[in-house]
Amino acid sequence: MKLRYALFIGEEAVLPRDMKRCLMKFSQMICSALVAGVAMVGLSSAQAADITGAGATFPYPIYSKWADSYKTETGNALNYASVGSGAGIKQIQAKTVTFGATDAPLTAEQLAKDGMAQFPMVMGAIVAVVNIDGVKAGELVLDGKTLGDIYLGAVKTWDADAIKKLNPNVKLPSAAITVVRRSDGSGTSFNFTDYLAKVNADWKSKVGVGQAVEWPVGVGAKGNEGIAGNVAQTKNSIGYVEYAYAKQNNLTYASMVNAAGKTVKPTLAAFQAAAANASWKAEEGFYQILTNQPGDASWPITAATFILVYKDASDKAAVAEALKFFTWAYDKGGKAAEELDYIPMPANVVALVKAMWAKDVKTK
Amino acid sequence: MNALYSARARKDKIVRVLCFSAAAFGLTWLALILFTLFSKGFAGLSPEVFTQMTPPPGSKTGGLANAIIGSIMMTIIGVGIGTPIGLFAGTYLAEYGRHEKLSFYVRFINDILLSAPSIVIGLFIYGAVVVPMGGFSAFAGSLALAVIVIPVVVRTTEDMLLLVPNQLREAASALGLPRSLVIRRIAYTAAKTGIITGILLATARVAGETAPLLFTALSNQFWNVNLMKTMANLPVTINNFVQSPYEYWRQLAWTGALLITLAVLALNVIARLLGAERKQK
Amino acid sequence: MTDMTVPAQINHTGSLDRARALAGFKFGDRTFYWMTRISALAVLCILGGIIISLIIGALPAIKTFGLDFLVTRRWAPQLSPSPVLGALGPIYGTIVTSLIAMLIAVPVGIGIAIFLTEFCPPAIRRPVGVAIELLAGIPSIIYGMWGFFVLAPFMTDHFMPVVIATFQHVPVLNVIFAGPPSYLSLFNASLVLAIMILPFITAISRDVFQTVPPMLKESAYGLGCTTWEVVKNVVIPFTRAGVIGGIMLALGRALGETMAVTFIIGNSFQINGSIFSPGTTISAAIASEFAEASGVHMSALILLGLLLFVLTFIVLAAARLMLARLQEKQGK
Repeated sequence: MKLRYALFIGEEAVLPRDMKRCLMKFSQMICSALVAGVAMVGLSSAQAADITGAGATFPYPIYSKWADSYKTETGNALNYASVGSGAGIKQIQAKTVTFGATDAPLTAEQLAKDGMAQFPMVMGAIVAVVNIDGVKAGELVLDGKTLGDIYLGAVKTWDADAIKKLNPNVKLPSAAITVVRRSDGSGTSFNFTDYLAKVNADWKSKVGVGQAVEWPVGVGAKGNEGIAGNVAQTKNSIGYVEYAYAKQNNLTYASMVNAAGKTVKPTLAAFQAAAANASWKAEEGFYQILTNQPGDASWPITAATFILVYKDASDKAAVAEALKFFTWAYDKGGKAAEELDYIPMPANVVALVKAMWAKDVKTK
Repeated sequence: MNALYSARARKDKIVRVLCFSAAAFGLTWLALILFTLFSKGFAGLSPEVFTQMTPPPGSKTGGLANAIIGSIMMTIIGVGIGTPIGLFAGTYLAEYGRHEKLSFYVRFINDILLSAPSIVIGLFIYGAVVVPMGGFSAFAGSLALAVIVIPVVVRTTEDMLLLVPNQLREAASALGLPRSLVIRRIAYTAAKTGIITGILLATARVAGETAPLLFTALSNQFWNVNLMKTMANLPVTINNFVQSPYEYWRQLAWTGALLITLAVLALNVIARLLGAERKQK
Repeated sequence: MTDMTVPAQINHTGSLDRARALAGFKFGDRTFYWMTRISALAVLCILGGIIISLIIGALPAIKTFGLDFLVTRRWAPQLSPSPVLGALGPIYGTIVTSLIAMLIAVPVGIGIAIFLTEFCPPAIRRPVGVAIELLAGIPSIIYGMWGFFVLAPFMTDHFMPVVIATFQHVPVLNVIFAGPPSYLSLFNASLVLAIMILPFITAISRDVFQTVPPMLKESAYGLGCTTWEVVKNVVIPFTRAGVIGGIMLALGRALGETMAVTFIIGNSFQINGSIFSPGTTISAAIASEFAEASGVHMSALILLGLLLFVLTFIVLAAARLMLARLQEKQGK
């Protein structure tokens, strides 16, 4: 007997002859129809005016909302691959997309080396989300040092003293904390670790800042979505996501103690208070880190997200289309951004950006 | 009764119970998986799934139309590229090179490729096709699927051709038919159902493959039927949707998973029914 | 008397046609022969292509890390000026998950095969066999999804705490079964893998069990053996090479499985001895990080892919040889 391993052609039912013939004819018909369909369709050309971009998951909720409205208004589609800041930078460097998106801004030297222009698109905030039975959104209070200690693995259970001290009235279980962090290169991680390094000396010396650091503990999830999905699914877990993800998915976010020592909830006002401290300079590629900003009402982990385009791209028409979309987003997308608790760029910064485009970015 | 005898009978009974529970164990998992898949998948099944594009995150409407079409296209092209190569290679192994040393090596390598990790094949196509082409494309994805199809088709073709009795071939040769026509007119016709079964099984195999498409065809949130660009496909779309926190995306992911499983099972069933004819002979 | 002289008007075109036809046949034969032969060689070329492209892609990593790659645990792709990458985490995870998966799947798979060939009532033999083979047909991403949403929470909430508490004070086992229980862990991934490779072991074992000559089994039964004794002393020794070949084939599958594992393994490069903690396997590491890797990081991932391919190659080659030995024994 022939050994038919791996293919599973075992003992079968016996089928009457005419039914089998019918079946064969039927499958032949389906096959030819499919092949004809594929042949007709497979060699057609691409869609018109598709703007391609890739990068941060941080702004994906607002970018996709804008893309939807833009398509309804102008008919042009925005194809944004939400793959993380690291992958976004890599794709724009490989010139496989028209623009890259990152929350970890490139420095002026890096921009000069690659010949890219960078500008801020929108600002948002990172919140810590937890999944603890009985704890509601905004109830749990954490400060930077404790958050860092949790992510270092120094604080291991929810009823540890450090957390109890900040939350005298919250009933905390004695369960182990499941830490969720990013497995991919992430601008969100960059801003989060930047904040932790500023407020937790241990974190600064042991782990440091970066898009992908050597996380001492925790499970890795892909993208902001991954962390949100994991935390929603896993009891007694903690993660960090952009606020829109927490809001859209009804995750339990934690309030934070900011640099001024005040406890703040993640609200648009708190994010705007932090963002008001920014000073934007076109010569530095608008480089800006907004973590741990001063001010009584400031949210401690605020961040801006940036767009990268080539100053002298090979497909200038594509860059022109992309800039049209960004202009539309600056001018008309503010309300949609605020609905998702993102902060649109203030008018004076938009003017600086448009001036930079006119000067540096070739669209013809 | 004899103590030794009762000890042996007891051991036999224990083993029976263990084997029975092993079977029950296996079947329980199957039932659980199918139950979860069907209940969660059917909940989201509606005509919308087949007619609308993949939605942006947070949306409450939308479907999987572009992913379904993309998967169908890439599967057909992958099978279309892989089948002729596999068919001819299998023919060589069974007809011309039945006892050659070369065939021994080809069979050996073929069996290894049959069970090779599909992610390694994805890496191979990335290095061999995506990088030189300068970007991800559905064409690269189809090539990756073709590489998976080839060993399966080679194996089944060879097996089926070896089952054709030599008398048929000898009779045809005696009537003056040249070798290639003996193979094409006689052997292929005799083994036709078996070969088609093999192709259907190969199709079922690649219909559900995700890893080779992860870095070759990527995915696309819009409608695209241009082979030279990234194309939406069910497995990668499911992969992207399933770990997200968005309820609707997760629902679509389960429905997509159900569609893939139904397609794979249907192909398997058709293959078995066709294969039955061979047994009848 | 037959007239043997050739008629004057012999139709010369007849023999010309025949010559042309024969030439056409010869040409067709040659073409077809070479088409098939080249396709067969193409199979070899695919393997060669895989190896070459993997080696080319992995060269930068080989040059940078050398053999240290295999024993370094640290995985820091973002370190500048040059990343520190080590394969120990993925290799450890791959071996541990495959080992546990085999420990679960082999006894169960062989048990099911024995059940199907010896104990099963003939009426339900075919449905049960088909059902087990259905498990093999389910695409692996569905195993991943099901594991993530259904199996992992169940195991982590109910099974793990019990085991952790039980072995808390046992010297070696309390390291292997240490808490805290994690939803995404090596153990959960191993369990899903085990369910995935179960049908392979069952199918091959069933096939080889059916090759045992009935005469041998009848003789044993005639001597008064119980079914278990027949299986233990006749069937399994006879088919040993085949069963081992099947096991190694399943192992080859388990080593390379990506999608079923990526969702549940947790993507952590730490190694801390407990199977209830997150980890990573080679294929899960590649699947998670490849899309955004560049430079030495990407090269290191390709090197991991090369290692995986070599590992599965060895295992599958051994499986093939085992199964060939069984066929030899049967006189093929």
